[in-house]
Amino acid sequence: MTGSTVARVAIYPRSVKGRFRNLKWGILGLAYGVYFLLPWLRWDRGQGPSQAVLFDIPGRRFYLFDLVVYAQDIFWLAGLLIIAALLLFFVTGILGRVFCGYFCFQTLWTDVFLFVERFVQGERPARIRLAKAPWSVGKAAKLSLTHLLWLLIAMATAATFVLYWGDAPSLLVAMVTGEAPSAAYVTVFFLTATTYVMAGWAREQVCTYMCPYARFQSVMFDSDTRIVGYDTGRGEGKAGRAKLAPGLKTREERHAKGVGDCVDCGYCVQVCPTGIDIRNGLQIECISCALCIDACNNIMDHAGFPRGLIGYTSEKEQSGAPVRVLKPKTYGYGLALLVAVGALTWSVAAREPFELSVTQIRQPLAVTLSDGRVQNNYELKLTNKTNETARYAIGITGLQGAELEIGRFETVSLEPGRSVTLVAHVRVDPDEARQAQQDFKFVVEPVDGGDGRGEPRTWRSVFYIPSLERAEVSLVH
Amino acid sequence: MSETNKRNEHGKRAVQTTGHSWDGDLQEYNNPIPRWWLWAFYATVVFAVVYWFLYPAWPVGGTYTKGVMNTITYTGPGGEERTTHWNTRALLMRDMQEGTHAVRQREYLERVAAMSYNEIADDPDMMAFSRSVARGLFADNCAACHQVGGGGVPGVYPNLADDDWLWGGTFERIEETIREGRRGFMPAFPQFNARQLDDLASYVLSLSGHSVDADAAARGDDIFNGPTGGCMYCHGEGGTGGPAQGAPNLTNGLWQIVDVPSAPTLEGKKALVKRVVSEGAQRHMPTFQDRLSDAEIRALAVYVHSLGGGQ
Ligand code: SF4
Ligand code: SF4
Repeated sequence: MTGSTVARVAIYPRSVKGRFRNLKWGILGLAYGVYFLLPWLRWDRGQGPSQAVLFDIPGRRFYLFDLVVYAQDIFWLAGLLIIAALLLFFVTGILGRVFCGYFCFQTLWTDVFLFVERFVQGERPARIRLAKAPWSVGKAAKLSLTHLLWLLIAMATAATFVLYWGDAPSLLVAMVTGEAPSAAYVTVFFLTATTYVMAGWAREQVCTYMCPYARFQSVMFDSDTRIVGYDTGRGEGKAGRAKLAPGLKTREERHAKGVGDCVDCGYCVQVCPTGIDIRNGLQIECISCALCIDACNNIMDHAGFPRGLIGYTSEKEQSGAPVRVLKPKTYGYGLALLVAVGALTWSVAAREPFELSVTQIRQPLAVTLSDGRVQNNYELKLTNKTNETARYAIGITGLQGAELEIGRFETVSLEPGRSVTLVAHVRVDPDEARQAQQDFKFVVEPVDGGDGRGEPRTWRSVFYIPSLERAEVSLVH
Repeated sequence: MSETNKRNEHGKRAVQTTGHSWDGDLQEYNNPIPRWWLWAFYATVVFAVVYWFLYPAWPVGGTYTKGVMNTITYTGPGGEERTTHWNTRALLMRDMQEGTHAVRQREYLERVAAMSYNEIADDPDMMAFSRSVARGLFADNCAACHQVGGGGVPGVYPNLADDDWLWGGTFERIEETIREGRRGFMPAFPQFNARQLDDLASYVLSLSGHSVDADAAARGDDIFNGPTGGCMYCHGEGGTGGPAQGAPNLTNGLWQIVDVPSAPTLEGKKALVKRVVSEGAQRHMPTFQDRLSDAEIRALAVYVHSLGGGQ
């Protein structure tokens, strides 16, 4: 072990039954249910595709049930990421690495791959035996079946991912008949490969060596943070742990001999998916999956000892001090989380029924027309973000004696989700204007349609008259 | 956490030290990286080597290693198949010919070509598309003279963003201008004496509201609108312009050929006008029908029309 590299020690986690295992199956079922079924959920939204969740990249919008996210709303994604990060900090501060143990994709998929492995090759001792056995037809068959099933699951995972980016039923047909875009096949291939390698081969190596979160989890921990912990005092006693042996069967007998409650069965080590011994204390590899808790509780029940030799506990609790959940850190992260969730919710709820932006065309900034008036040009971009066709009236306000010329589009009709770019010419008589730069506003008002959300919107702009600017400059000097 | 890692009475995962020690008791843990990690590193090295063989990679003297995947075939601008050594430019060319966006753009352009100007002007989508295509075309073909945005260069290249048109500002006239090019020609009048030139300049400037000597202007009027000068044959009676020949409108205060506003004094302005009268003017815009497709010319006409003064 003193070389610069080490071979991976193969891990054959034993299965376990118990509270946390049930919780994990529950979460896994829910997560898989959502992940695999969501692309198939239809949703009638009056416009666009009838798929509940669809990420339409060429069309530059995301459909999430009744919410349509346009390219310009993509900053919501940043909000979502901030919320996810804060939630992670918040939860980790209180409950430790529960994300790793229950919700992380790596954990979920490894769990299923392990299930398949056990289903084909049997329980831990059988798997170890099989791994050590010389090659035989039976061994080859079992291993091939395992890998085949793994590949199938990996492929289903990859294909499902692709279905989120197009119309699921037709895309699936296209993929099978070989008519899907090459990006779909590349993605399927890539995700199949990574899923297979990560969940089948790399497993805990991902958590230990690749996952950045494993590296900085400890900065979110404090002595109140819930961790999976082994009660050393109770388990070891004065004379250490000892197997259940004649004369060491009951707690009384053991305590009399100074022996702790740990019967050194090794069950907690065998079930651990990262292959560590929790009795050595919290280690970086521990993903807080709590399977060792289930394992030890089963042993304790069996031996007639009280549960909780390994448990969800905290450093303080282990030392007998009262545990504080509501500490300043909890409030801090909680508050930040509330603010972030509030801001995102507000932003989504207050989204405009149509989007307006005006940029001034600056080349040339202003021209004089043959009748002596000065003209500035503007580019208007209008997007109808409602679910029905709407007609918009475009006007200006705040510019005395100005004329707006916008081709044939004083009103423009827009289908749901469509945008249009228009050129607006604004003309002003320089004799009536007083300033070289004058603020005014574009006003766009939905005159019909647009889900009845008809408030006009304005956009500030500036009108330049260069000749007056020259006059002003000469007045100053 | 590392504190607990050191405990090794029970666990087999005791961390060993490298055996070095400093200052008596300062030791270094040996936490070796997993072997697969090393193999993954070797795999990237292999990948790099394979890449060198496949693609152009290393400069060697004046040339470079060519690689095996060293050719790329694409359709050139004229529709001919071209095969060159692999490079990202050719890749881009191919994408611009065959990529989904390129195909979509072509379909749109075909629609533009098939629509009348009136239909395009009524359709905000087609307007926006034409403008966005033509913005690039304008930058490539027109902006060198007329400037980005069509502001022109006073006195040299006409301003396309105002509503003063030498050759007419309807869609059809703009298309004709782009397609066939224009030759603007005003004959020289070297036979005019200084006084005649002065009178004529006074009259011309009076047309656009400059206050000049009334007598001189009246004499200039006779030259301009009479047989002596015959200016009105092109510029129209009263100097309102003749778009058929590209003769400027002299009454609106906008000057496309002579940069009258740049001269601060009336004498200076007159001098500029006089020079054009005595020396004549020649302007030439090249033809673009051999360089641009019909659809491109159409989109360009829509764009120029929308710059600010289309009629
Ligand atoms: S030590 Fe326990 S909680 Fe930690 S990873 Fe292993 S089984 Fe899960
Ligand atoms: S499962 Fe419990 S009793 Fe068995 S070795 Fe682990 S800690 Fe000891």
